[in-house]
Amino acid sequence: MGRTAVTTARPSARARRERTAGLAFISPWILGFLVFTAWPIFYSGYLSLTDYDVLTDPSFVGLDNYERMVDDPQVRLALWNTLQYTLLQVPLYVLVALALALLLHQAGRASGFFRTAFFIPKMTPPVAVGVLLLLLFNGEYGLVNEALGTIGIDGPSWTTDPDWIKPGLALVSLWSVGAAVVILLAALQDVPVELYDAARVDGAGWWRRTRTVTIPMISGALFFVTVVNTIAAFQMFTEAYSAYFGAGNSTYSNDAALFYVIYLFREGFAELHMGYASALAWLLFAVIMVVTAVQLLVSRRLVYYEGEQR
Amino acid sequence: MSAPRPHRPRRPHRSRAVGPFAAAALLVVLGTTGCATGIGADDGAGADVDFGASPSPGGTLQVMGFGTGDEIGEVRHDRATEALGTEVKLSEGALDPQAFLSAAAAGNPPDLVYAERDQIGTFASRGAILPLSACVDEQGIDTDAFVDPALAEVTFGDELYGIPEFNMVQITMASADLLADEGLSLADVDGSDPDAVLAATEAMTRRDGGKLSVIGVDSKLPEFLPLWAKGRGADLLSDDGRTAQLDDSAVVEALEQAVAVYDAQGGFPDVKTYRDSADFFGAGNQFATGQLGAMAMEQWYVNVLNESSPDAPLAFGPVKGPDGDVHAFATGSAWAIPVGAADPAAACAYAARMTETEAWAEAAQVRADARAADGLVFTGVLTGNEEADAQIRDTLVPADPPAPWDDAIDAMYAANDHTFTLPANPAGAEFETAWQDGVNRVLNGQQEPAAAMAQAQEEAQSALDEAWATWDEQQ
Repeated sequence: MGRTAVTTARPSARARRERTAGLAFISPWILGFLVFTAWPIFYSGYLSLTDYDVLTDPSFVGLDNYERMVDDPQVRLALWNTLQYTLLQVPLYVLVALALALLLHQAGRASGFFRTAFFIPKMTPPVAVGVLLLLLFNGEYGLVNEALGTIGIDGPSWTTDPDWIKPGLALVSLWSVGAAVVILLAALQDVPVELYDAARVDGAGWWRRTRTVTIPMISGALFFVTVVNTIAAFQMFTEAYSAYFGAGNSTYSNDAALFYVIYLFREGFAELHMGYASALAWLLFAVIMVVTAVQLLVSRRLVYYEGEQR
Repeated sequence: MSAPRPHRPRRPHRSRAVGPFAAAALLVVLGTTGCATGIGADDGAGADVDFGASPSPGGTLQVMGFGTGDEIGEVRHDRATEALGTEVKLSEGALDPQAFLSAAAAGNPPDLVYAERDQIGTFASRGAILPLSACVDEQGIDTDAFVDPALAEVTFGDELYGIPEFNMVQITMASADLLADEGLSLADVDGSDPDAVLAATEAMTRRDGGKLSVIGVDSKLPEFLPLWAKGRGADLLSDDGRTAQLDDSAVVEALEQAVAVYDAQGGFPDVKTYRDSADFFGAGNQFATGQLGAMAMEQWYVNVLNESSPDAPLAFGPVKGPDGDVHAFATGSAWAIPVGAADPAAACAYAARMTETEAWAEAAQVRADARAADGLVFTGVLTGNEEADAQIRDTLVPADPPAPWDDAIDAMYAANDHTFTLPANPAGAEFETAWQDGVNRVLNGQQEPAAAMAQAQEEAQSALDEAWATWDEQQ
């Protein structure tokens, strides 16, 4: 008994030291998280129950802000716009990223160059991407419609027609697809070659190998890209704001580009309804949580993690 | 006997866990409720501010929202700084209301802010800036010298909250060649005859291969709706700033007419996309390349045209309404002193020196000299100070400038004599959003003008009612 006690005490002391050291190492992050993330989250929850205009003291209004959201047609419009954009953008973004990653995977030595080339646009500030959108997708003289014109297609008014605003934004989001390509390419490079060899021996062609070997083996990375991009799509702001509400269009705007975070920003920072904006933020948080939870549930049936036990 | 025993030791354990949690929760609640402390009317803002105090030795005047930019700003700033005898630190770039208000709420406001005049009502109603009557008295600022509508825009609740400067006005700018080609004159596009404007639009508009290649007339919506409405005798907001008048039949009619101009050219999307592709500030601007027949535009663009395309075929005149009168929807800037400013006396003195007639005259002289050195016409400066405007025009603007710049100068000063502004109110941003969103819904084909303005009226009035109710409660 005594020996057992001694042998269990030693690792415990060591574990305590390691835990202390570990905590010390991550304490800057913990501090930053508490001050700059956890506290603002909690504080916005408090503000969502108040009427607060930044300058005068917040006055407690209970659930009034949440009740107001229910009756606010702009909230419904912004949510609907955001949902439409997410449903359009996420599949497009993931499919294009996958297609490019599959192509790069075949590129051999040149893949390093292309990987860098695809990633560079990600470095462009989103505000610049918003301005770029207005130039590239100009309905009259934009490069996109010029290109479509060469194959006999009369391009739409991407930047003014409410029906084409969101497709235009979804297309321009591909500007930064390089980040997802890099993640998927790394996953592709981890797929064991033996699996392809075995599939070939069984007579599987390219499509069959991709469908039954590649996709399942990189499903974890695909799921990650999908979840992260879904959250980003729900938080769409900078590109749409700079293109349709910012300096380039200080007075012109388009309801079709009124995404949820833009409405939140307008309420909080332009009209100084900070309590209402906080309530809007919590609704978005809840929506994203629900969507992510659904994605996680679905992923249990569709995503394969190497080494997991079922 | 054995059942209750396991429970006993757990109670103190649970209470130990709950104790710190409860304490933390209490701290959080106290922290959150105490964190967002405000400033404003409750503090008796402005009651005991001494605008005549001497500047603190070695102090620094913090100014937010102002950059010297050009000679007009630089000369006046240097002059004011020298007169003040203290360091002035400029936080350049347009004023970010949220950054300013956050700093004010945190008890660390700048000494002076340089804001758009239409922001003053909102800042004043929230108790963020000081009333300036005492500052005006102390510094001997001659408010009679200011342009009346500019002064009205910074007056809220019968109290002056800003010292105005600059006046942005609209004039009609047109392509002389396109007008001549169609046998038209400036009177056909200056707004005095809506039917003539529509006919001129149809005559000057060109399409090439299905695409718009010449914009006949650009109504400049949504920003100039107040201008077109004024021409029909309507204001978007009542004189007391409390009642929206967006669904007034004259406002709806003005919108319908301005939209009809776009519809005659294939619709607003076509015009906007073509306009967006233009080299607005360069030698290949729309007038130089013959891509635009006419538009109303602020006077500063005259200087852009004079510099970038001095030989372009241009025609200028004032904007008129169907009532035949000249109209200009004036905008501009204003100096305001935040509640809690460390050195309000120095801020007041700086604002006074920046806006006095002599400062404008000196700055305008430097600009006139610079333009003469570049072989360009000095077209004047609209300062928001009538006395300065008159002095600059009489002494510095050439008496006989070459055409078409002579017409541009005449139009600019005529417009400056016929300005109007929207009254100061506590819901400036919400009101603007409501009417501009309404116009945009029409331009995007989502609503008809009457329905759009009815919705805008409802949204704007709701915002005004809420903001005024808050203000009235504080009084």
